[in-house]
Amino acid sequence: MQCPAPVYKQADFKSDVKPIWCPGCGDYHVLLSFTRAFAQLKLAPEEIAVISGIGCSSRIPAYTNCYGFHGVHGRSLALAAGLKVTRPDLTVVVASGDGDGYSIGGNHFLHACRRNIDMTYVVMDNHIYGMTKGQPSPTTEPEFDTALSPGGTGVRPFHPLVVALASGANFIARCFSGNPNETANVLAEAIRHPGFSFVEILSPCVTFRPDESKWKEQVHAAPVAATTDPGKAARRLMTDDGFNLGILYRGDRKPFQPASGASGYDLAQLERDFEQ
Amino acid sequence: MSKSEPKISNLNDLLAAAYRIEIDAVGRYNLLADQMETHNNPELVKVFRDLARAEGIHGEEIRRLAGDFDVAAHAETMAQFAQESPEEADLSLAHYLMTPWHALQLSLKGEERALAYFTSIVETAKDPKVKAMAAELVEEEAEHVNLVHKLLRRYPKPKDDWADDPDPPHPIE
Amino acid sequence: MQDVPSISVAIIGSGGAGALTTGDILLEAASAAGWQGLATRTLGPQIRGGEAAALLRIATHPVECMPERYDLVIGIDWLNAQRFGAEILAGPESLVIGDADAGEPPPILRDGGARVLNIELKELAAGIPGGRPNMIALGVAARLLGFAPEQIDVVIEKRLAEKGESAIEASRAGIRAGYRAASWIDYTCKLAPPPAIEGKRWLLSGNEATGLGAIRGGIRFAAAYPITPATEILEWMSPSLVKAGGILLQAEDELAAINMIIGASYGGTPSLTATSGPGLSLMIEALGLSTAAEIPVVVIDVMRGGPSTGIPTKSEQTDLNIAIYGMHGDAPHLVLAPQSVADCLFTTQWATYLAETLQSPAIVLSDQFMGQARAAIPRPADVAFIGARAVTREIGGTYKRYAATANGVSPMALPGTRGGQHTAEGLTHTEHGTPTSSAEEHVKQLDKRRDKLDGHNYGDHWATVEGDGDLVVLTWGSITGAAREAIAQARGEGIAARLVAPRLLSPVRPKEMQAALVGAKRILIVEQSHSAQFHRYLRAHYELPAEVQVFSRSGPLPITAAEIKNAMLQGS
Repeated sequence: MQCPAPVYKQADFKSDVKPIWCPGCGDYHVLLSFTRAFAQLKLAPEEIAVISGIGCSSRIPAYTNCYGFHGVHGRSLALAAGLKVTRPDLTVVVASGDGDGYSIGGNHFLHACRRNIDMTYVVMDNHIYGMTKGQPSPTTEPEFDTALSPGGTGVRPFHPLVVALASGANFIARCFSGNPNETANVLAEAIRHPGFSFVEILSPCVTFRPDESKWKEQVHAAPVAATTDPGKAARRLMTDDGFNLGILYRGDRKPFQPASGASGYDLAQLERDFEQ
Repeated sequence: MSKSEPKISNLNDLLAAAYRIEIDAVGRYNLLADQMETHNNPELVKVFRDLARAEGIHGEEIRRLAGDFDVAAHAETMAQFAQESPEEADLSLAHYLMTPWHALQLSLKGEERALAYFTSIVETAKDPKVKAMAAELVEEEAEHVNLVHKLLRRYPKPKDDWADDPDPPHPIE
Repeated sequence: MQDVPSISVAIIGSGGAGALTTGDILLEAASAAGWQGLATRTLGPQIRGGEAAALLRIATHPVECMPERYDLVIGIDWLNAQRFGAEILAGPESLVIGDADAGEPPPILRDGGARVLNIELKELAAGIPGGRPNMIALGVAARLLGFAPEQIDVVIEKRLAEKGESAIEASRAGIRAGYRAASWIDYTCKLAPPPAIEGKRWLLSGNEATGLGAIRGGIRFAAAYPITPATEILEWMSPSLVKAGGILLQAEDELAAINMIIGASYGGTPSLTATSGPGLSLMIEALGLSTAAEIPVVVIDVMRGGPSTGIPTKSEQTDLNIAIYGMHGDAPHLVLAPQSVADCLFTTQWATYLAETLQSPAIVLSDQFMGQARAAIPRPADVAFIGARAVTREIGGTYKRYAATANGVSPMALPGTRGGQHTAEGLTHTEHGTPTSSAEEHVKQLDKRRDKLDGHNYGDHWATVEGDGDLVVLTWGSITGAAREAIAQARGEGIAARLVAPRLLSPVRPKEMQAALVGAKRILIVEQSHSAQFHRYLRAHYELPAEVQVFSRSGPLPITAAEIKNAMLQGS
């Protein structure tokens, strides 16, 4: 007689490690969204791998009860690619921030979207480098004053959703950490959707961007349902105000997954090719 | 965006939703207590653990009201609230230097949201038993609201510089 | 009451207590009064609200290391203070003061036999409008150290000028309350009066000193990617470079940063970036390019605990290997290491000069201990080293960018110089810069790049060589100060020893080292590395006497003078 598979509740996906995030940090809500999404999908904790880089948001793997990898700065997508193509049975979720993901990780971002391996990329965007004490990130407003760039960088911020679409991402969404159940629903759908799913979560930094407390008034639901037409999506994303929430694009690209496993090939033939 | 709420068709649904609201609040206050512990605010650890304990007692009361019916199991089968459980404190309002006054403000908002939730059920429910129980829960929540107001009177509103920390933030990585 | 030449203080607190600010104020007051000092900090893992300790040493002489035991430990609160463990020790001569309302000191502070007293810091603060416990603690510390309240007032007034008179008044009242509260304490140590100051006192961190040394040496472009514990160099340089007529560009990562500064240097602008171990690892490939194409850059590596992400907020001396040997191929280049907060200024300035003169990258191995420590020091002397690249403006005939010259340095034609057009090259090249796989040309360039470094006259700056004796303490970087103190203490116990600490780690100086070690019978190598990287480096490149003792330990705890002295006595 087969034992029924255990049903995991939200609390089962959270570890006992106490986060070092500042109280008030949006990432606490994101952690709730992760664990709620995993429970909704009826996954088992050991089937999920959470891969991250370096930064406040990248601390999240140890706070879950899943398999995790706290890698080096900016390379989480590469780690995840290697893992997923060799272990397609796992559910791979990649966690990053606007610094780790869009700055040093920028190049890998382009290619991960292009490659379209089945995984979900979650970027907790707080428009600042939090972990290193408040330098501008690629999504920081050009006039935002910091010690490293007094008076602001004067450089136009990155538009990650547009870049994702142009590079081939198969699912694009934006969420707000302060709406954790909505975010959990979007994450669950992103994980279910085949191919490379990109979810940007606006997650305010209470310590270095206290001005972001006004985000909860500025975010709004997208006025139209998600499109499957990349042309339409491009137009919408290029004119997006940065606070438009929801699933914004659903693509139908076939996920990239090389075949592997037993092929029936006789390995001895490899040697015979060298014989004279 | 779907604006789902747990469907309340009968008394058991209502009791299960009410139970879940209290248990979610327990979890949330314990989470905040953990944060305060990690960030060296022992006064708030106690406040949040006390709030968690109080919500736990409320949850037990609902269970008693439900008699033999397993509210906990039934709650698991119900849909999520659109955003959060009404009594779950807003985590984005936490702060490592927060005072008991702040914590009680969070609690007050939670109790008021729960009150509004049950009030809307009184107004929209067709089943008279559901209506009656919802009205009973409205009274309960009103008591909780008044209790929090009473507690708030014990704590002065913090001065404008409550969040002042002479030391700067530290980069840890 | 006895006069002591130095006193050490630890101020501990958490969650908004302001322990670090209190330590900073004491250091500033000490500096203004003419004492010298060093302040470091140790922190919990939180970004805000974590347990924190300000560690201070104030003295009549230069201070370059922290003590074995702290004379005075004040806990504004003791929350999670046991986490500091062996980093903050108290002995039988120590005084530990806490607030009974805020818990008990951790066992490690009580077990050493220290005198433990209570002062009601929180209660006293509550009695003052706008009062804070850390101001009371400041008053207590100031009184015990022998400051007059006015000496503290001056610092407070400057710091709180923006916050207004009521904030200043509240702090003044708090400090005086602390004075009164401590007046019954029988404390027998008093700091000896500071010697008369000639010239100004400076108060700065190693990272700030590094930035200033760079600008003094001629750096006018910096590319920045933040990383703990180097970010402060870049944040200080950002406005300072602009004032000097230069530019700082924020890079998307370290790969961009190192390539940006090579690009700027190719155009003629002395350029710098600052990073730590993980960033240096990323920069290694481009540093090879800088070496092969002979384009000077300065890279500051503020070393932190490794390997990999390691311990970002603590110090270690474990990037020696990668700094010297990290590049693929044979790529000799400059590696230097400052020995104190003040020396961060000199060494960075000298490194800039050497990089420009010898057209080589220079890696400066600072560390978290020096980088983030704040020191009260006499104004550092002006130094004549200013980067002066051999630049050719008049081109007669064919220009050979990589011409083999007598000293190995080939004058560089900067873009815009007519007749000097060339392609800078990472591929092995001829004297013209044309790619080649010829054995003769390859060896010619390898010889040239090696000889230009080996043949330069580095003078006495290559190392600190002090004292006399059969025993030589051989160390480098931030441990130099602790070694110096250990040697002074050992002399008091009849042991004579020399201190040798190379400032120039690459190229190696076999003749000079031989001279420094002449007559040595025993060597004690001291370093903060689990695998003893410095020991292996010395063995690889230098003749050492038969008896070699190695005291090597990983971070995060600093190596103290007392430990070095014990090691010196052990081997004899």
